[in-house]
Parts: sequence; C-alpha cells; structure tokens
Amino acid sequence: MSDGHTPSEHYPGPVHGVPVHAEPGYAGLSGQVHGHVPHHPKLQHHFDDMDQQVEASTLGMWVFLVTEIMFFGGLFMAYLVYRSAQPDAFQEASAHLSIFWGGLNTAVLIFSSLTMALAVRAAQTSLPPKVQVGWIVATMFLGSVFLGVKVIEYSDKFRESIVPGPYFNAAMWTHPTGVEMFYSLYFIMTGLHALHMIIGIALMAVIAWMAWRRQFDSSYYTPVEVSGLYWHFVDIVWIFLFPLLYLIGRHYGEGH
Amino acid sequence: MEAPALNYLNNGHGAASWLLTKDHKRIALLYLASITAFFALGGFFAMMIRLELLTPAGDVTSPEMYNRMFTMHGVVMVFFFLIPSIPAVLGNFLIPIMIGAKDLAFPRINLLSWYIYVLGGLFTLVAALSGGVDTGWTFYTPYSTAAANSHVITAAVGIFITGFSSILTGLNFIVTIHRMRAPGMTWFRLPLFVWAHYATSLIMILGTPVIAITILMVAAERALHLGIFDPALGGDPVLFQHLFWFYSHPAVYIMILPAMGVISEVVQAFSRKNIFGYSFIAFSSLAIAVIGFLVWGHHLFVAGQSTYAGLVFSVLSFMVAVPSAIKVFNWTATIYKGSVSLDSPMLYAFGFLGLFTIGGLTGLFLGAMGLDIHVHDTYFVVAHFHYIMVGGAIMGYLGGLHYWWPKISGRLYSEPWAKLSAVIVFVGFNLTFFPQFIAGYIGMPRRYHVYPPEFQVLNVLSSAGASVLAVGYVLPLIYLTYSIFAGAKSPADPWGAKGLEWEIPSPPPTENFGITPIVTHGTHQYAPRIEKKEVGVV
Repeated sequence: MSDGHTPSEHYPGPVHGVPVHAEPGYAGLSGQVHGHVPHHPKLQHHFDDMDQQVEASTLGMWVFLVTEIMFFGGLFMAYLVYRSAQPDAFQEASAHLSIFWGGLNTAVLIFSSLTMALAVRAAQTSLPPKVQVGWIVATMFLGSVFLGVKVIEYSDKFRESIVPGPYFNAAMWTHPTGVEMFYSLYFIMTGLHALHMIIGIALMAVIAWMAWRRQFDSSYYTPVEVSGLYWHFVDIVWIFLFPLLYLIGRHYGEGH
Repeated sequence: MEAPALNYLNNGHGAASWLLTKDHKRIALLYLASITAFFALGGFFAMMIRLELLTPAGDVTSPEMYNRMFTMHGVVMVFFFLIPSIPAVLGNFLIPIMIGAKDLAFPRINLLSWYIYVLGGLFTLVAALSGGVDTGWTFYTPYSTAAANSHVITAAVGIFITGFSSILTGLNFIVTIHRMRAPGMTWFRLPLFVWAHYATSLIMILGTPVIAITILMVAAERALHLGIFDPALGGDPVLFQHLFWFYSHPAVYIMILPAMGVISEVVQAFSRKNIFGYSFIAFSSLAIAVIGFLVWGHHLFVAGQSTYAGLVFSVLSFMVAVPSAIKVFNWTATIYKGSVSLDSPMLYAFGFLGLFTIGGLTGLFLGAMGLDIHVHDTYFVVAHFHYIMVGGAIMGYLGGLHYWWPKISGRLYSEPWAKLSAVIVFVGFNLTFFPQFIAGYIGMPRRYHVYPPEFQVLNVLSSAGASVLAVGYVLPLIYLTYSIFAGAKSPADPWGAKGLEWEIPSPPPTENFGITPIVTHGTHQYAPRIEKKEVGVV
C-alpha cells in the first residue's frame, strides 16, 4: 500500500491514512480483514457495521423526503398564489368538494399511519411474521380504501362536468376561469398524491413479502422503518391537502 | 511497492461488469463517457449557432431552425453536461476515497442515477432528432404551453427524468459525507473538494424537485390544457418564471461550486502550500448555496416584478458575490509565496481564476437594476454566463480531469500537449466570448439569427474563437484517450500531492482501502501545522 510518498517524509507528526495497523476492535470492522466479529448477514460490504448502515439508510430516506417536500412545495406555492389572487372563485369551487368523502379519507389515512407504526413496532420487537405481515396488509388495505374513495370523488366530478378542459361546464359557475384553475390544481395535487399512495402500497407489498420470509427482527428492520417514514410522509401531505382544498373558506357560508 | 495487479479497471471484464457495476469509480467512468457524448452534441449545436452568426444575414439556418439550435444547445449543455459534469464524474470517483470510505452510501442508487440520466438523455435525443424544441432552454410560458410548435413535452420529460438522477446523486453525497467518513475524518479535516460537493448536493436536493414539478405543470398545461400559467386560462406566466429560476439560478451554483472545489485542491497541490483560510473557503461554499437560493428574482427585473422585490433581489445578488470573492482572494493568497509549478492542471486553475473573476464581476453589473434594464436579453448576458459556465465550470472540470487523470486511468498523459491545450482553451475562450460583452453592451440582442452589419466584426471574432476553442476541447480527448493505451504507468502520487486519494495505488483497487484508514490530522497538509491539542485515534 505504501508508495514512497507517505506524508511521513515531509511531516514528522502522526501519519494519516496509512493503514499500517488498525486498533484492536477495528480489525473486524474494516475491509478485507474479516476477523473476529461475525457480520450480520444483512451488512453490505461497504459499511463498517450495522449502526452505520442503519443510520445511512434512515438519513437517506429523510433526505429523500426533503426533496419530496420541495416537490409538493412548488405545487402548494402555485395554489396559494392563485388562491390569494382569486379567493372568491376558489371558494366557489371548493364548496363543490365533498367534505364527507374528504373527511372520511383523512380518517382512513390517519388510521393507516397507526397500523404502519404498529407494523414497524412488530418488526422492531421481533413479533412473529404473521403479526408483522398482518399490520402491513392492514396498512395496504387502508391505502386502497383511500384510493377507492378517491375514485368515487373523481367519477362524481367527471359526471358533473367539473373537469378542466373541453368538457368543463362553465355555465354553472359565477367565476368559471378561476374555478377551472382550482380544479386543474385539484386534479394535479390529488393525482400526484394518489400516485405516491400507489407507490407506497407497492412498496408495502414488497415489505410484506420480506416480512413473510422472516427477514425482520429486532436486529434488522430498516426496510420496514424507512418505508414507514415514506408512508407517514404521504399521509402528512394529505393532512395539508385536505384543509387547503376542502375546508378553507367554508365558514363564509353559501351566501358570501 | 508496485501497484497490486488487481484494480477497479481490470477487476471484471465485459459489458455486464460495467453496466451492472456498483463500484462508484466505474459508475464515474460511465458518466464520463456519456457526458462527453452530450458535450459533443451540445458543441455541435454551438458550432451551428456560430456558423449562422458569421454573417449578418440568415444564410445557414431558417429562423425556426436557429431557435431550435440555441434551445438544444442550452438544454444539452446545462442539463446533460454542466450539471452532472464534475459531481457525477470527479465527485463520484473521489468523494468516497477522499473521506476514507469503500463506496458511496448507496451504490445501487448510484448506478440507478446513471440509468435515469441515460433515459432522460434518450428522451432529449428523440426530441432533437425529431426536430428539436424552439422555446429556449428556459421554456417560458405561455409560449411553451400554448404556442410553440415543437417537441416541448418530449424534451421536458427528458429534463424531468434527468432531474431525478441529479437528486439521487446529491442524496448519495449528503448521506455519504455524513455517515461514511473514516475514523478521525472530522468535518474540518475534509478536503475542500468534499465541502464544495456537500454544498452542491444541498442545492441539488432542494432545488431540483422544484424544477421537476414546474416542468410537470408545463407539460400538464400543454397536453391537457389545465390552466396554470397561461393567462388565457387564468394563469400567471410570471409565476412560471419565479418557479423556474428558483431552481435554475441555484443550478448555476451546482455548476460552479464543484469547479471551485477542484480549484481549491489544485491550487494547494501546485503551490505546495496549505490552503489559506480553510474554514472561510468551506463556509463560503455553504454561504453560496444558501444565499444562492435567494437571488432568483434578478432574472425578473423587467418581467413586471415589483420595484421593492427587485431591490431586495438586487441586494441579495450583491451579497452572493461576497463568498465567491472570499474564495478568489484565498486562492490567490494560497498561491502567494508558494512554490508554484505550472503543470497543466495549474494552468487550468489560473485560467479559472481570471475568467471566473470577470464572469463574477459582470454578474454584479447585471445584478444592478438600472444597468440590467440596459443590457437585459443582450449578448452581454450571454458573455457573462459563459464566463461562469465555460470559463469557470468547464475550466474547473478540465483542470480536475487532468489533475486526477493519473489516478483514474493509472496512466500519465503527455504534459506538453496538455499545456498546449490549456493555453488554446484559454485563448479560444476569450476570443469567443469577450467580443460578446462589447456586442451586447452596444445593443446586440440574444437569440436572433440575423443582426445589423455593424456587429459583424465582433461576431466573426467570436466564431473564429469558437473554432479555436473546439480544437482545445478535441485535443484532450485525443491525448487522454491515447494515454490509456500508450501512456507511462502512473505512480500512486505523480504530483507529490496530499490527500487520501494519493496514498492508494493508481488506479485504485475496487475496495479503495484494504483497511479503513484512521485519520489523525487534516488532509492536504503541505506544511506541519501546530494543533492546539493532540487528537488521539478515535
């Protein structure tokens, strides 16, 4: 490894980076010296130990969620700008969304966050695969209920011609341009959110399969945990979408 | 000791060993090959532009074709060359080695990011081959969503996809720098190249998603007539400009910060001196990343933005010049009284220092609202940002490529040819772009394929310079490629430089380090430094 250019020639102090000898206790952690400490079967070769691997995966998911916040952030910004520019039109449009279906979906998603948390807990405490899979499938089920309700809401809108584009029924509105824009943003925002839900459910299917294969216990449950972070994030996006799209301005009443 | 027989280049042969590799060094080479191809494509469009502008009349291309040429030049160079250039090639190769790690934190995601890049590139190629886009690389609405009769959606999808490759690279770097540092490699022992990439990664993960959603909205408006930016549908085109520049101005710092990281390394190595003001350079990278997010409004001075918003953006634009100036002064102070050797990477670094300074100072002209109104949308702006992107980012990229080429390839290239090409690039660059400052200042607008005859002298100079520049870019391609087959074998440290990357063999083994190194003092110490207290082994 030494090449005749080690810093020691120029610098009498401690030599860095020269792998002459690792401290005891490091020998098992580093590189090709697969020594005394047995590796966890899930440890990837480029990590020193499981702690490092878990920390990297978790931080990676948090950083990814930051990018997701910025992704949805652009949409929220557009929505807020136009909402403040034409509050009457947005309120008129918003009044045609169903608080019942929206509220139900909010409850369903919050409940799915609970089952998700219980799935992580089950893996973390080494509960039997059946229990882990049970909570994960429950989460997938609730996610599917959410999507089903979304289908009902979308088809209602299509039936009533409240869809931007050539089939938009401008005659039924006081501020047709603003209303059409509201529904443009509504379909983009909830559509992207639904896409994230679909990805989440697919992710959960993989996790459920891994759990069934007995891959998770208290020594290794990172995939469940980081997928859970993603699931909670998608829930939280809805927690912002619901009041923005369905609730703001309702208290002005019909006569406003 | 001789380099071990097995290194990352000969450890596995055949297409699959490259296309399915998870080795950050091989992925860096995959990126190197693909960005070189896109650089050639973008260069072709540039030559078409310079050819058309040789004469005042429109004789080479139709106006429509000219619009497509400068649009494709911008799209390819910005999204497929400049943004991935230094991070995805040199950063990918060096960051794990510089911090004493075996790989990036997520090797599979690293490979995925290259495939995403290629997929996005294919969409852009399809858009180019089927006739191109004519909106300008800025995709301004409502022209891009309602009027443009070209392949806007295909190109937009290509950029959208490629954005995710940038996001994944940034994510990988951030997690790697946080979690994969070798024992004793504290934050303030990191090479400045790593600090620069950390700041770059912050911009990548915070900015890129915004351009992604913006492009998605443009595509939705164009394809489905959902009203978002088109005034006819109740939208506001200025909102598009805000969202677009919220990413695209910081994107300039994605291009220049890694180049600054390269210069910090090269200046130390060839002055044989410790960097002057390490922490100032490290923090100025972060300051550029943070303040860089608050200056986008200087692109909207004449777009109907309020005067007060304009004032604030103008002041913030002046402020972002401060950390840039700190870097330039500190590099200069590092060179001062150093034992300077004029090897080819150092020639590129000197080129960078001069050209970046000119580009940066003219940026202050443009950040001043009054002057900006005068030179807005003229060749002055074109010259300014080419001094940053070509004079800064590409000089940094070439300097870094030459500096680390012996490490990457394990071979030494021809130094006389390298020096010659560095000089040719410098001369060709100035000849191309300096006349554009003058042309712009006296009123030549950008993006026109015809111009009044009094601008012809300046344009001929510019086109001649572009030919010289092209020679300067082709030369390295030839002698670097030649060195792979016929160059002398490089020792581990051909420059007598410091840093972990020079302590492992050239080319490095697949695992980088047989045993995780233990770091006991700052990397890159060319002279002993008295530390306040002795730092033990972890």
